[in-house]
Amino acid sequence: MKDFGYQAHRDNTIDFEKNDFRIARFLLEREPSLNLCIGCGSCTGTCSTGHFTEFNIRKIHTLIKRGETEMARKQIRQCMFCGKCQLICPRGINLRNVILGINRALEKI
Amino acid sequence: MNKSTIVVGGGIAGMTAAGELSRLGVEVTLVEQEQITGGHAACWDRLFPTRRPAEEVISFLREQTDSKVNKFSGRSVTEILHHESMFTATLSDGTILHGESLVLATGYDLFDASRKEEYGYGIYDNVITSAELEGWFKNHQLVRTKNGRIPSRVAFIHCVGSRDEKVGNLYCSKVCCITGVKQAIEVKEALPACDVYSFYMDLRMFDRNFEELYFEAQKKYGITFIRGRLSECSENADHTLVVKTEDTLTGKPMKMIVDLVVLLVGFVPRSQNTQMLSKLKLITGNDGFLQPEDEHNGDNLTRIPGLFITGAVKGPVTIANAVADARATALQVYSFLHSNR
Repeated sequence: MKDFGYQAHRDNTIDFEKNDFRIARFLLEREPSLNLCIGCGSCTGTCSTGHFTEFNIRKIHTLIKRGETEMARKQIRQCMFCGKCQLICPRGINLRNVILGINRALEKI
Repeated sequence: MNKSTIVVGGGIAGMTAAGELSRLGVEVTLVEQEQITGGHAACWDRLFPTRRPAEEVISFLREQTDSKVNKFSGRSVTEILHHESMFTATLSDGTILHGESLVLATGYDLFDASRKEEYGYGIYDNVITSAELEGWFKNHQLVRTKNGRIPSRVAFIHCVGSRDEKVGNLYCSKVCCITGVKQAIEVKEALPACDVYSFYMDLRMFDRNFEELYFEAQKKYGITFIRGRLSECSENADHTLVVKTEDTLTGKPMKMIVDLVVLLVGFVPRSQNTQMLSKLKLITGNDGFLQPEDEHNGDNLTRIPGLFITGAVKGPVTIANAVADARATALQVYSFLHSNR
C-alpha cells in the first residue's frame, strides 16, 4: 500500500468486541475471588513496588478483566510477591494467586 | 391483667418504643444499663444532616418517657426467660421484672478501632475515632493534637471496621459516610485555616439532605475528597502522621502528612447480647445482628410471640430511622397485647 505519510492512531477505547478476554477467563476460573474487587486501592496504596515504579496492581488486574493485557505484559514481573496487597484487601482477594496466575497466563497466551 | 411490656435498652429506639406504648396505655418498664438514657446519642453533639443538637432529640424522648414509664437505669439485664407467655428479665442487681411482652432495643457497640492495627489507633498519639471527636465537640474541647498544636491538616478515614472482610464485617454501617462529611465541616468551621481531607471508597449519601451536605462540604467548606481506602498510617518523630493510600482516580499511590487522623468507626453487634439472650435462641444474621422473622412484613417480630426487636439491634441504622422503626414496633406490641392469644 502506498505510504501517504498518514498514521492511524491506535484506538484508545476499551473495546469489548475486540479485546482478548482469555487471560481474564483463565484468572477468574483459577482465582474467583478476583471478581470481588471494589477498586478501593488498598493494594496499590500499600504496594512496595508501586511506590517506586509505575507498577499499579489494581490497574493491572482491572485492565485484564476488561481484556486489556498490555500493562500486565510490561509490568507484572516487577511484583516482588511480598503479599502486603493480599494482607490488606478488604474483600479478601487472594492477590498473590492472581499475580501468579497472570504470570502463568502470559507464559501460555 | 394490665397490658405490660418490658423495654430493654434506653437509647433512641427503646425510649421511642417506651414512650409510644405508654401513650397507648400500656404499662411500660424501661431498663437502661447506663445511669442516663439516650444511648450512644447521649454522647453525640450534633446530628447529621441538619446538625441540630442531639440533646433536642433526647430531651423530647425523655419527656415522652418521663411520667408513666417505670424506669430502671444503671442496671443491665443479665438474662431473659420466656415461660407460659410471660417474659422474665433478671437485672444485674437481682431485680426481677415480668411482662407479657418484651422489646429488645439493646442497640450496638462501636467498632474497636485498635483491631485495625495498621491504622495505629491506640499506638499513635494523633489517631482518634469519630466518637472521640464528637466528644470533643460536645465538651467544647478544642480540636488540637495531643501535644496541643493546632492541626493544619486533618484526614477523615471512612469505612473503619465496615465493609472489611479482614475484621469479619462485610456490611456497611450506613451512618459513617454522612457523619464523616458532617464532622469534616465542623472541623473546618472550628479551624478555617486547616485543610480537611476525606479518604473514601464510596460515599453513600442515601437519605434526604445527605447529598446536599456532601455538596456543601465541597462548595462552601472546600473539603477535599480522595477516593482511596487508607492502606496504612505511620507516625513521624514529631508525632505527625503519614497516611498512605492509592488515589484511585489518578491511579497513583499517594502519601500525605497530616496532624490528626479521624477514624470513622462503624457498628458492631453488642457483645453483651450473647449472654442475655442465650436462653431465647434468637436467630442472628451472618453479620451477627438479630434477624427479624420477615424483613419486609414483620421486621420487628422474632420467632417468639411477644418478643420484639427494634433499632440497631437489627443492624446499622440512623437516628431518624430508629425512631420510625420503634414507632412501628410499638404498634406491633400494642396489637399483640390486644389480640386473642
